[in-house]
Amino acid sequence: MAETVLETHGLTMRFGGVVASNNVDFKLRARELRCLIGPNGAGKSTFFKCVAGLQTPTEGEIYMRGVETTRWMPHQVAASGVGIKTQTPNVMDSLSVFENIWLAARRFHDPKDANRKTQDIIERLALGSIAKDDLGRLAHGERQRVELGLVAVGDPWLVLLDEPAAGMSAEDVERMTRIIHEMNKTAAIIIVEHDMQFIRSIAKMVTVFHQGEVLMEDHVDRVMSDPTVRNVYLGKKN
Amino acid sequence: MQGSLSNDAIKIILITGFLIWVMPLMISTYTLTILIVYGMLGLSLGLIWGFGGILCFGQAAFFGLGAYTYAIAAINVGESTAPMILAVLVPAGFAALLGAMMFYGRLNDVYLGVITLVVTLILFKFINSTAGPQYVIGNARLGGFNGIPGFQTLNIPGSPEAYIWGDSYFYVCAVLLAVVFFLVSALLRSSFGRIAVGIRENETRMSLMGYDVRARKTALFAVGAAIAGLAGALFANWAEILTPSLFSLGQSAEIIIWCIVGGLGTRMGPVLGAAGLAYLKFLLGQQSAVDNTLITGLILVLFVLFLPKGVVPAVAGLWKVSFGRRPLGRTHHQRRPRNRERVSG
Repeated sequence: MAETVLETHGLTMRFGGVVASNNVDFKLRARELRCLIGPNGAGKSTFFKCVAGLQTPTEGEIYMRGVETTRWMPHQVAASGVGIKTQTPNVMDSLSVFENIWLAARRFHDPKDANRKTQDIIERLALGSIAKDDLGRLAHGERQRVELGLVAVGDPWLVLLDEPAAGMSAEDVERMTRIIHEMNKTAAIIIVEHDMQFIRSIAKMVTVFHQGEVLMEDHVDRVMSDPTVRNVYLGKKN
Repeated sequence: MQGSLSNDAIKIILITGFLIWVMPLMISTYTLTILIVYGMLGLSLGLIWGFGGILCFGQAAFFGLGAYTYAIAAINVGESTAPMILAVLVPAGFAALLGAMMFYGRLNDVYLGVITLVVTLILFKFINSTAGPQYVIGNARLGGFNGIPGFQTLNIPGSPEAYIWGDSYFYVCAVLLAVVFFLVSALLRSSFGRIAVGIRENETRMSLMGYDVRARKTALFAVGAAIAGLAGALFANWAEILTPSLFSLGQSAEIIIWCIVGGLGTRMGPVLGAAGLAYLKFLLGQQSAVDNTLITGLILVLFVLFLPKGVVPAVAGLWKVSFGRRPLGRTHHQRRPRNRERVSG
C-alpha cells in the first residue's frame, strides 16, 4: 500500500453562518487519482481551495507528506511540489505559450534547464505550432492545455485540478485525459468535476460531497449506481 | 523581448552617442540635462508600472527623497560621492519598507494608489513645515518652504574642488541615463524581470506556480525607487536648490502622464514621454497665452482617447506593418483568420 500524501482532519470552513465544508476527513495515497463530485455548493471547491492554500480553513488540519500545511500560502503549497489548476483559466494572456510554461519551469530549475523542460512539455502537449503565440489569442481548449502544461512542467507529486474539462470539445477532453493519465504515473491527482461522462472515463475512486460533508467514498461504478448519490444529484431529499 | 542583451548595449551606445552629439546643437545643454533627469524619473515608473503592474502615485516621493537625501548628505559630507550613493539607497530602503507593508498586507491596486499618494502628501506637508531652526540633520537645515540652498554639487570623486557642471554635467547625466537604461534592459531580460512581467499578467497564477508575489513586488518597487532617487540627486545638482514642491501632487501626476503618453510596457516610451512633455512644458512656459497645465491635460485626454497605448508602441506597430520581416516558418495566412475572428466575434 502506497504512502498517504495528503490527509485532512476535521477540515471545516465557515463563511459567516454558512458551513461550506464541514468536518472533512480525507486521505489520498501516492499516485492515486481521485475525483471529487457533488452538486453545486456541496463544498468541493471550498475543500479544493483549502488544500491549495487559497483559503485558510476555520478549523481542522491539512497534512501533506506528513507536514502540516494548514496555514500555508498558495505559493508555499505550490513550491513544495503541488501543481494547481483553478476553475477559471488562470494564465498570462499577453505572454507567449513558451513564456508561460517557462515561468512555471523556472521556479524549479535554473534558466537553462527551464528552457529544456519547457521545450519538452511543448512537444509532449503538441503545442509546437503555437509556442510563440500569445495565450490571449488561443482557443479555450488550447489555453486549458497550456495551463495543464504549466502544472506538469513543475514535476508535481500532487496535482489539484478544478473542473479541467469544463467547456472543452470532445477531442480536447480526450487529449486532456491522456495528459492526466501520464501525470498520474508520478503524481497523485485530485480532480473536482461536474461532467459525469468525463468522470466515468477517468476515475477509479470517487468522493461525493454533499452539503459540505463527505457523503460517500467508493469506486466510481458503485458511486454511480448508489441511490443516495442519484437523489443528491437530482435534488431529492431522501 | 527580442534580440539579445549585447544587441541592446550596442543600440544604447549608438543612440546615446548620436543624441549627445546632435541634441546640444538644437537645445541648450542646461535644458537637456533636466530633460534627461525627467527621462530617468519616467523610466523608474515605466519599469514598475509598465513591467511590474504596480501603479505608484507617489513616484515623486522617491524622487524628492533622493534629492533631499543628496542635499542633506552633501552639506554634511562636503563631497558628492557618498551622498550620490545614499540618494539611491535611502529611497530604495524607504520603498522596500513601504512596499513590504502594502504588498504583504495584500492591498489591491486602488489602495496602493491611495497610500502612495498619501505618503507623498505627508512628505510634502512635513518638509513644508520644517522651516524652524530646530529641524536640523547634522549641519543641514531642512528649511521648510524656503528649501535647501547652497549644498555641495557634484564633484569628481575624491576631489571636492573639482566641480562637474555645465556641459560636462550634461554628459555625466546622459551617460548615467544610458547606464540605467542598460541595467533596466538587463533586469527585464533576467529571470527576475520575466517573472515580474508574469506577475503583472496574473498574480494568482504566479503564486500558484510557487512564486512569492509579495516579496518580488516589494523588490521591484524598491528598484524603481532607487532609480527615482538617482534622478532626484541629479535634479538636486542641476537645480542647486531644493524646495518641497518636489513632493507635490502635480509632480506625481506628471510622471504618470509621461508614462501614458510615451507608452507603457516599453523602456523607451516613458523616457521619451518625460523628455518630450517636459520640453513642451518648458516651451509653453515662455508664453502666457495658454496655461501649460491645460495643455498637459489636453494631451493626456487626447492620448487616452486616440492613442491609448502611447507613442512608442504605436510607432513600433507602424514600423512592423510597413517594414517588418515576415517571420520564417510561420505562415502568415494561418494567423490572419484568427485576428479577423477576434474582430468579428
